[in-house]
Amino acid sequence: MENLLITILLTSIPILLAGLGELVTEKSGVLNLGVEGMMLCGAVAALGSVLIFGNPYIGILFGAIAGILISTVFSFFTITLMTNQVATGLGLTIFATALTGLIGEPFVGKTAASLPKLEIIFLSDIPYIGKILFSNDILVYFAIFLIFFIHFGFQNTKIGIIIRAVGDNHDSAHSIGYSVKLVRWISTSFGGMCAGMGGAYIPLALTPHWSEGMTAGKGWIALALVVFASWMPIRLLIGALIFGGITILQFVAQARGWDVPSQFLNMLPYLATILALALISLKLRHNNYAPACLGKHFLGNK
Amino acid sequence: MTNNLNAMKFIEVKNLSKTFDQFLANDSISLTIKNGEIHALLGENGAGKSTLVKCLYGVVKPTDGQILINGNHVTINNPREARSCGIGMVFQHFSLFPALTVSENILISLDEKITKKHLEDKISIIGKQWGLPIEPTKKVLDLSVGEQQRVEIIRCLLQNPKLLIMDEPTSVLSPQEINQLFKVLRKLANSGCSILYISHKLNEIKQIASKVTILRSGKVISSTSTSKISTTSMAEKMIGKKVKKITKFSKNSFLNSLTAISINNLNRKKISQFGTELKNISFNVKYGEILGIAGVAGNGQVELMNALSGETLGDPDEIIFEDKKIGNTNIKFRRSLGLEFVPEERNGHATVPDITLTENTFLTFYNTYSKNNNFLDDILLSSNMSSNDSISIINDNDVRCPYSNPLADQLSGGNLQKFIVGRSLKANPKVLIISQPTWGVDIGAASEIRSKLLLLAKSGKAIILISQDLDEIYEISNNICVINNGSLSKPKITSKISAKDIGILMGIN
Amino acid sequence: MIEFTPRKIQSSFWAILSPIISIGMTIFIGSLIFKMLSYPVMESLYQVFVSPFSRPDRIADIFVKACPLIIIGLGLIFCFKANIWNIGAEGQFILGTLCAGSFALLFPETKTYMLLFSMFIIGFIGGAIWASIPAILKVRLNVNEILVSLMLVYVAMLFIDFIVRGPLRDPMSFGFPLSKVYPDGAIISKVDFPFIGFLGQFHYGIFIILILCPLIWLFINKTLPGFQIKIFGSSTRASEFAGFNKNKITFYVLLVSGGLSGVAGVIEVSANMGRLQPEVSFGYGFTAIIVAFLGRLNPYGVVIAGIIIATAKLGADNAQMVLGIPKVVTGIFEGMLLFFLLAGETIQKYKISIRKDN
Repeated sequence: MENLLITILLTSIPILLAGLGELVTEKSGVLNLGVEGMMLCGAVAALGSVLIFGNPYIGILFGAIAGILISTVFSFFTITLMTNQVATGLGLTIFATALTGLIGEPFVGKTAASLPKLEIIFLSDIPYIGKILFSNDILVYFAIFLIFFIHFGFQNTKIGIIIRAVGDNHDSAHSIGYSVKLVRWISTSFGGMCAGMGGAYIPLALTPHWSEGMTAGKGWIALALVVFASWMPIRLLIGALIFGGITILQFVAQARGWDVPSQFLNMLPYLATILALALISLKLRHNNYAPACLGKHFLGNK
Repeated sequence: MTNNLNAMKFIEVKNLSKTFDQFLANDSISLTIKNGEIHALLGENGAGKSTLVKCLYGVVKPTDGQILINGNHVTINNPREARSCGIGMVFQHFSLFPALTVSENILISLDEKITKKHLEDKISIIGKQWGLPIEPTKKVLDLSVGEQQRVEIIRCLLQNPKLLIMDEPTSVLSPQEINQLFKVLRKLANSGCSILYISHKLNEIKQIASKVTILRSGKVISSTSTSKISTTSMAEKMIGKKVKKITKFSKNSFLNSLTAISINNLNRKKISQFGTELKNISFNVKYGEILGIAGVAGNGQVELMNALSGETLGDPDEIIFEDKKIGNTNIKFRRSLGLEFVPEERNGHATVPDITLTENTFLTFYNTYSKNNNFLDDILLSSNMSSNDSISIINDNDVRCPYSNPLADQLSGGNLQKFIVGRSLKANPKVLIISQPTWGVDIGAASEIRSKLLLLAKSGKAIILISQDLDEIYEISNNICVINNGSLSKPKITSKISAKDIGILMGIN
Repeated sequence: MIEFTPRKIQSSFWAILSPIISIGMTIFIGSLIFKMLSYPVMESLYQVFVSPFSRPDRIADIFVKACPLIIIGLGLIFCFKANIWNIGAEGQFILGTLCAGSFALLFPETKTYMLLFSMFIIGFIGGAIWASIPAILKVRLNVNEILVSLMLVYVAMLFIDFIVRGPLRDPMSFGFPLSKVYPDGAIISKVDFPFIGFLGQFHYGIFIILILCPLIWLFINKTLPGFQIKIFGSSTRASEFAGFNKNKITFYVLLVSGGLSGVAGVIEVSANMGRLQPEVSFGYGFTAIIVAFLGRLNPYGVVIAGIIIATAKLGADNAQMVLGIPKVVTGIFEGMLLFFLLAGETIQKYKISIRKDN
């Protein structure tokens, strides 16, 4: 049981990290559909760097950098050149899937070192929850920290309020003197960094081998999760854990020998995503929490 | 001596020019505002008022000319620099963030470091001091338009401005709110703060300002003390020609005619968190009558228009046209009965910006081209069928096009509105429902549109006019009712309702 | 500071030029990538873009490869014109194929082409049903169609995998996940050109494009529903004001697009594989998105775009065989091409000038 809960938590980390990044990006008014591609870049960079340097922490760093770099391609086209965000995001995923396939080919069949578990003294000895919460690798702690950091940042820091303001009404933000494009570049890069780290987590902690397109739709699920969470960081955690649980279900089923074809169990996360989107739309029919400028261009002429 | 004189002037603009592309928006404008002076800037849409103040506030960079503050040359590169020079601005379209709270809205425009909690206290204090009460933790989307303006003003006051620029501040306020605002402005001026007051309403300028500068086509036409100029001559200077007075036709000629349309207990739920719920709206309009619906923006006008046009549907007997219950029918069907609609939003609602006028004519006319309601014939309708109609709309309504059959967004606001109103008239409607027909339209086009509406009513057609512009409502409607927070007051005869009564019905909180 | 000024009149010069420049830019940056990966640049470019034209049968195969891309792309025109983002054509392709294929396998030994004809209809319906899921959710609950249609791609892939490994597996397939071979009446035959004979894999299914393309052009440009789709995509509120039914448009464009993806699948499998297998599509549904954009949402443009992309795909196969360049580079090219095309649209709409800040 304990192990199961830990596995659920670990499985949810990639979508949680990527979702948190995308949440910040979207709050600033940018819809980056390239999360899947950015995660793949993070994954391949992490794996490659670990194979070269042998240190999994270097992998996190490289994953984050790769995420930022690929997100700047998106920023350049959508923010600076004002291309359609949906199509560009899609292009980014196509581009990144192929690029990572090319880069990752030499890594096929090699195993990377995993992130070590860091036990927090005393806390990890608490019965039942100690092992689950306080005996994890650094990215788990980081992801949890990030939830509260983003939540607090949006409410109480000026930069957080500015990001929300830019996503809410970019013309106003411009007229009181903020650079809408700069704020969006930064937010999108933050999103890229988080997606990169989320992608990095897959080879560093979950499956230490490279396979083409190894994120298997996690980036898209992260996108859906942001909608499901109504752009609230804490709800994102709940959503990510649910998806972690659903993903784990197939392993449980295998272990217990349930007589359900594996394909149907594999479908569950995708079907659950659709269901989640439908339910949240049903609930929030007239109360849309989406940032008002999400996906809209800012011309920004003076 | 000279020094002393300079100290009196807060800001001096010398020969300021601004060109966009090849268009000269400001042509060598000079302007002086003294400390504690309320200075009005008068001009039509497109006269260059907005460009000038944007230059002063650093949103736009002037192409040429100088700005002196307290006698010193300054260049204002962005709003932040403007604020540090002591210039504050309240925009016409508020630069607020609906999803953020009042204090968050103010926080991000402040250059000093301050915590949210501390700021909330400060907002309450300033609010009390100047008579601008506001709840700092409320979200802006939950505020009325008047309250939103208070947020804008408080935001400026927190920076102790020496000059407050107000862009058309009264266009969204009720008469009572205007009086309140004027009190605040006078108080401010007495404390030494200069005010640049931009407006096209002549009476208001007479009432509040001591000096007026009149702009036309980017040039200063006159700059004088308001006590030395009449409203008529202000208007003439602003337009550049004599103003035509339009006359209403005999008022009661419709009293014995039939009811064209009646609305009975119309209700609509909100469609978004920004919307207004419509509550039990009832009224009748007779043939030959113009019913004016006044009200402050955001009180349900858009929702009412959507319900009347059939873009949102309800129960059949909520709307009865002649004898037909049409509350549940769509806009296409209502058009086929002889109803026509001119919504508030010209671009992207009444017209599609990136298609031609011919195609835009087809947009509301296609139904009339289908001859025998045969399925295949209907499918094969094509937009070039409307080219004759579109040409006659353009000619009959003096729509000035940059080239023949232009895209809709190539027309100026006034010309596009003339086209849209003309398109509705071309359909020969029995009932015309029109919202904000002259919003942002220059005076010439506005008076043309109003005379067309009067003519239509004279020919025995019914008109429902939804407008924020009280002058317009008084000018052409027979009966007036007021929409406030989704409810509609009982119609009253125009001559029997004062602006003050209307203000009360608008419900000042 | 880069400054964008909206153009008064949209530049039609750019409208034609921008796809050409985009291809040029892609080739340029592609060469740099080849250079970086230390492949011979000219030889690589020759393999990718010229070698597919080197023999008549290879030219014929371009059309074979282009066929599914074009048919899906033609369907996507409807969605993208209406500003509905169906990115799940891949799933609709698979489901259409699966439905039609299962139907064909119900009638072994059938020789009549009535079977093929029915498969077209069933394939269309299958694809349309798959697309109707995002359509219904969008219309009823305003659920984002992008995410739903994409999720359904994964579901469709797993579903066909299950079917081919399970219920429809051919017992004689030696453990391979393959269905039985289609009956003769379900096979699209190769074209036996007079005097020339067979050319590559060129099959009769390709001719359907000759009918579809002008038909769709007429529909989009000359009919009321076509006008409605265009207006709806340009401005939702104005289309509601005109009295166009928003839900109907959303629903039907998704249905048509899904249906055509299904038909593309039927043709692809009936002509080239002759049986169901876990992999029936090789990313055609995604590549077709780029085809639709490259063709600027014009049916004839889509045909040309499909041929160009198919050429590059076949060229990449050749490049892999001759030079060992991994095939995935086509994906890199496709992504870049899409970026440049989109940037071209900006240039078409805005005049770009570089302004110095003082």
